[in-house]
Amino acid sequence: MAEKELMYGNHALVEGVIYAGCRFFAGYPITPQNEVPEYMSIRMNEVGGVFLQTESELAAINMLFGAASAGARAMTSSSSPGISLMQEGLSYIAGADVPVLVANIVRGGPGLGNIAPAQSDYFQSVKSGGHGDYHTIVLAPNSVQELFEFPKLAFELAEKYRNPALLLADGLLGQMMEPVEIKGEPVDPKSLPEQDWWLTGCKGRERRVIRSYDLRPGKLEEWNWRRWEKYQTIIKNEQRYEGIKIDDAEIIIVAYGTSSRVAEAGLRIAREKGIKVGLLRPITLWPFPADIISELSKRIENFLVIEMSLGQMIEDVKLAIEGRSKVHFIGHPGGGLPNAQEVYNKIVEIRGKK
Amino acid sequence: MKLLFGRPSGLTEIKQRYCPGCGHGIVHRIIGELLVEMNIREKAIGIAPVGCSVFADEYFNCDMIQVPHGRAPAVATGIKRARPDCFVFSYQGDGDLAAIGTAETIHAAARNENITIIFINNAIYGMTGGQLAPTTLPGMRSTTSVKGRDVVKQGYPIRVCELLNGLDGPYYLERVAVDTPKNIIKTKKAIKTAFQYQLDNKGFSLIEVLSMCPTGWGVTPIQAKKWIAEVMAKYYPMGEFRNRAKEVK
Ligand SMILES: Cc1ncc(C[n+]2csc(CCOP(=O)(O)OP(=O)(O)O)c2C)c(N)n1
Ligand code: SF4
Repeated sequence: MAEKELMYGNHALVEGVIYAGCRFFAGYPITPQNEVPEYMSIRMNEVGGVFLQTESELAAINMLFGAASAGARAMTSSSSPGISLMQEGLSYIAGADVPVLVANIVRGGPGLGNIAPAQSDYFQSVKSGGHGDYHTIVLAPNSVQELFEFPKLAFELAEKYRNPALLLADGLLGQMMEPVEIKGEPVDPKSLPEQDWWLTGCKGRERRVIRSYDLRPGKLEEWNWRRWEKYQTIIKNEQRYEGIKIDDAEIIIVAYGTSSRVAEAGLRIAREKGIKVGLLRPITLWPFPADIISELSKRIENFLVIEMSLGQMIEDVKLAIEGRSKVHFIGHPGGGLPNAQEVYNKIVEIRGKK
Repeated sequence: MKLLFGRPSGLTEIKQRYCPGCGHGIVHRIIGELLVEMNIREKAIGIAPVGCSVFADEYFNCDMIQVPHGRAPAVATGIKRARPDCFVFSYQGDGDLAAIGTAETIHAAARNENITIIFINNAIYGMTGGQLAPTTLPGMRSTTSVKGRDVVKQGYPIRVCELLNGLDGPYYLERVAVDTPKNIIKTKKAIKTAFQYQLDNKGFSLIEVLSMCPTGWGVTPIQAKKWIAEVMAKYYPMGEFRNRAKEVK
C-alpha cells in the first residue's frame, strides 16, 4: 500500500536519495538547501550511511569522486555558487565515466546573487559547466513528489551510462510542503551488483585504473568520440517530458521546474477563456526533449518559453524548432518569479499578433 | 640463477618516465616494495595526483585513481569512508599538496582521516617546468623567481609538517629524505610505520619526503643530492613531528 506523507521539498529529496540506496553524502552549507545536509546528517546516521560536512564544495565533489569510484551511490547537494566550485570535479568525474548525483537548489545569480529561487544555472548544467567536451544528465523536478522520486531515477541513469547526473530544482521547490506518495521498493545498497570498474582492491583480479586523461597521440580524441557515442545513445533513449493538453493546442508553452507550475496555472486561465494552450514540460533538460518540440513545431505556430532567467533554455527550444515557429519569452532573472496572470496576458498578446 | 634484486611486484612492468636522479622513482620503489612486504597490494587503492607523478596510476601495481590537482585528500576520504576495509594512500607533490590542495590537506589531517599521504617535497613545480612552489626556499631560483625567491614579494615557504603539527588531528607526521642510502632506509621505515597505522585504524599520516628534482633545479643528480643535505634539510629539518602512538605511553 502506498502511503502519503506531507513533506518539505528538501526533506523529500533526502528521503528520496536514501530510498534510492545512497549511503554516502558529502556537502557544504549554502542557502536555500541547508535542510538537505541538516536532515541528511540525521538520516544517514539512522541508516548507517556516511555523512560528511566538508571544508568546501571542492572537497565535497572530490569525495564523491572517490566514493563512487569505490562503488558507493554517492550524492551531494548545493546551490549555485557551490555548484560553480564543483565544476572542476564534475569535469574529472565525467571524464572518468563515474556516476554521481549532484542536486542544485538554484538561487539567483550571478555572483553571490540572492537566495530567491531561480533557473539561471541552466547553461551551466546542460552545456557542461566545467572544461572539456562532456555532458551531465539533468533532471528537473517540479514537485515535492518528484524531489522524492527523481534521485532513484537519476542514480539509475547515472549508473546505466556511467555518467554524472544533476537534479536541478530551486529554493521554492526545496522549501514548499506537499503530500508525497512513497512508491516502489527502497533500494538496498548491498544488493547492487559489483561493477567491473569499481576500485575495491585488486584481490584475485587485474588491477583497475580510473582516470580522465590519455596523453598518447590521438587516443584522447578516440576516447572522447566513444563518449560522444554514449551521449548520442542517451539523447536517443532518455528524452523525458510531460505534455499537458498538447494534442489540440494552438500555442505551446515550454517551461520546466517551478516555471512549469506557473505556466500550468496560466494555461488553466487561458483554457477557461477558450484559448487552446498546451504545456510541454521538459523533465530531462539534458538530454533535452528536442524530438517532441521539433515534431510539434511542424503544426504549432507559436511557442512561449517561460524561465526564471534571462533566457537560457530558450536556445535549446529554438534549436529544436529550427526556425519553423515563432518563439516568445517570459523571463525573470535574478530570483524573480513569473505569475499566472502574466502568462495569460502574454498568451493573449501572442494571439493578438496573429 | 637466483635473482637477488629485481622489480618488486608492487610496481608494474611499465618503464617510468622520471628524469635521471629524480627522487620520485626511489619513493615509488619503496611503496612498491611495501605493498608486497606488508601484503596490502590486493586491498590498496592508490591516488595519483597532478604533477610529475601523474603517471603513478600506471606504475603502482594496485587499483589506482588519477584525480584533480590538489584534491587527493578529499578523494582519499571518499574512498576510505565508502570502503573502510581498503588501504588508501595518496602520492602528491608540493605544488599539488601545499598550494592548490592546502585546504584539502589540512582538513583531512584535522579529521584524522584514516589515510596515508606520501608528500614529495622537491621545492619546485617539476612537471610544468620549474616554477616557484610554496616550498621553494628563500633565494632559490625558479622560472618565476629568476633572481631567487624574494620573500618580500613572494612570501615565505610553507613547512607542511610543522603546519599540520599545529593541529590536534593528525596521528603521525614525519619528514625524511631520499638523498642517501641511509635516508632512503629511514624513509622506508617511516612509510611502513604510516601504512601500519592506517591498517591499525589509527588515522591520518603524512610522510614528507625531501626529494631531488635535478631538472627543475638545473643541476646534476649528484649536485641535487648535495643540495638536499646542505641546504634543503636545514630549512626543512628531518624527524618525527608527531607520533600519537608514543604520546599515549
Ligand atoms: C587546476 C590545475 N592548475 C594547474 C595545473 C598545472 N600543473 C600541472 S602539474 C603542476 C605542478 C605540480 O607540482 P608538484 O605538485 O610540486 O609536482 P612535481 O611536478 O614537482 O612532481 C601544475 C601547476 C593543473 N594540472 N591543474
Ligand atoms: S622534473 Fe623533477 S620531479 Fe619531475 S621527473 Fe624530472 S626530476 Fe623528477
